[in-house]
Amino acid sequence: MLAAHFPALQVVLPLLMAPVCVLLRGARLAWLAALAVSWVAFAIAGLLLAEVLIGGPLSYAVGGWAPPWGIEIRLDAVNAFVALIVAAIGAIVMLYAPKSVEREIGNDRAYLFYTAYLLCLAGLLGVTITGDAFNLFVFLEISSLSSYILISLGRDRRALYAAYQYLILGTIGATLYLIGVGLLYQATGTLNLADLAQRLPALEDVRGVRVAFAFLTVGLSLKLALFPLHLWLPNAYTYAPSVVTAFLAATATKVAVYALLRFLFTVFGAEFSFTVLPMGPPLAVLAVLAMFTASIVAIFQENVKRMLAYSSIAQIGYMVLGISLVTVEGLTASILHVFNHALMKGALFLAMGCVFYRISSVHIDDFAGLAKRMPWTAAAFVGGGLSLIGVPLTAGFISKWYLVLAALERNMWPVAALIVISSLLAVIYVWRVVEQAYFRPPPADRDVREEAPLSLLIPTWILVAANVYFGVDAGLTTSAAGQAAQTLLGSAP
Amino acid sequence: MTHHLVLRVIAKLLIPFIMLFGLYVQFHGDYGPGGGFQAGVIFASAFILYALVFGVDVARRVAPDWAVRTGIALGGLIFGGTGLVAILKGGNYLDYSALSGDPVAGQHLGILVIELGVGITVASVMMAIFFGFAGRGR
Repeated sequence: MLAAHFPALQVVLPLLMAPVCVLLRGARLAWLAALAVSWVAFAIAGLLLAEVLIGGPLSYAVGGWAPPWGIEIRLDAVNAFVALIVAAIGAIVMLYAPKSVEREIGNDRAYLFYTAYLLCLAGLLGVTITGDAFNLFVFLEISSLSSYILISLGRDRRALYAAYQYLILGTIGATLYLIGVGLLYQATGTLNLADLAQRLPALEDVRGVRVAFAFLTVGLSLKLALFPLHLWLPNAYTYAPSVVTAFLAATATKVAVYALLRFLFTVFGAEFSFTVLPMGPPLAVLAVLAMFTASIVAIFQENVKRMLAYSSIAQIGYMVLGISLVTVEGLTASILHVFNHALMKGALFLAMGCVFYRISSVHIDDFAGLAKRMPWTAAAFVGGGLSLIGVPLTAGFISKWYLVLAALERNMWPVAALIVISSLLAVIYVWRVVEQAYFRPPPADRDVREEAPLSLLIPTWILVAANVYFGVDAGLTTSAAGQAAQTLLGSAP
Repeated sequence: MTHHLVLRVIAKLLIPFIMLFGLYVQFHGDYGPGGGFQAGVIFASAFILYALVFGVDVARRVAPDWAVRTGIALGGLIFGGTGLVAILKGGNYLDYSALSGDPVAGQHLGILVIELGVGITVASVMMAIFFGFAGRGR
């Protein structure tokens, strides 16, 4: 009986546990509550994905009001997969949280962190599984507002400025999205995504629909930090607490990528988005620019967290490049990269948290001799870094391989070459850190072994191991991503 | 503050009526204009008036920090909990019809309870914002 309500409980449990955390107050109790709910949400997401892959899309009418009038929760191969990514990262980050939060946020404010984290998790899961355009906006705001709080919890005072910057740009993005939804509502009289998809083909030439398309695309691009709308991202990732950076980097932009996919392919349809309005070339150009400019900027960063933040912007370029190819292969590569990038950036930022826990700095000069002082942490960074570059036998290789194949299939040789060249740029920035960590002697006064505690190392290494596992045995992820891509292009039931 | 006699007497006279009006807007919300959002603001304005006239410290003794924080969390829990009760009674999430044997009575009850949750949270948040700003710089 309860299984029928899983689509609702997926969002409701984290959402309701947030106020409970406020009432609990104690750092430890709040953590236990957040941990339990994160793992329950992870289990529910796994069960739902299995159900969707076998039995086809699921629909849930919130409040008993039948769609398209009421709010519908609709799960298909695409969003069930994204929800699983979000819930999985949340579950692992919560294992990691208590020590790192104690050090970087302080136990007196820890319950506020867990509350904001649970709201953010609920918002991200909500954006992913809802089937209603306005409801998507509401959840987008829940996740955004809570992530501004999470970022501002950073110890550095610049975290406040970073959160404020993100608040302004994020609000602009959400406003543009809302204007787009309003225009669509005006043209069609419906907010249900599936219903919109049915009505829009007849309204292709209506100016309001085209304007709505522009607003939605730009608004969501701001949220997913597509070059050149990425300005909020580097500061936010750099100054947020380590746990927050790992969680947001692995989930927030991914969910926005999903929302863009949903609107481009399901709501407007590939025909409208890429033939009537040729969105392919501009997206491809921006994606390639993101891959190169962000990677080159990353090479010159002194703060390693900031370097990884710029690398995230480059990686978002790969995802958008896959979208712009408009083939099943390209979309498969995109969705795979959403998953794999969550794993690699999660692992790398968690490793940064381990470094910060011991050294209280993520400046590249302070990484000297890290391999001697924190061998496991340094090795985890290398593992994540290899995956980021796309070395064979890591998850990063699988998605880049699919992306190159997809480009070749469209006879876009130069694009395939650009993908490989930009991966070489990743070698440079990862190497800078590895060189410091492995080939520089530690400072004389800190030449001792001071590994991070196990409660930080184990979650980090779970993600590193996942990078290797999904690089060796990619059957599970590629089939799920492939089915998602076919669903988006309408070639599957 | 001791010499504003007229102000203090009038404020004391008005505060019960403001609160009563807040409750009226709250519980009349399903028949006429009103509901939790408006009622919460009106209710909180009674506390804010008290703080303006008698001082923030006195007002914080009436509405201490923990009470305001509990109110914020409690309202959300009442709203969301109503949805969970609907699931336990065999309906979908937030399906008020399942709350009672008679669907119309169920919808009635549901909207009343969730609006109460909204009212509590809005009133507490308004107070928290006011105390947050009023408490700055000391």
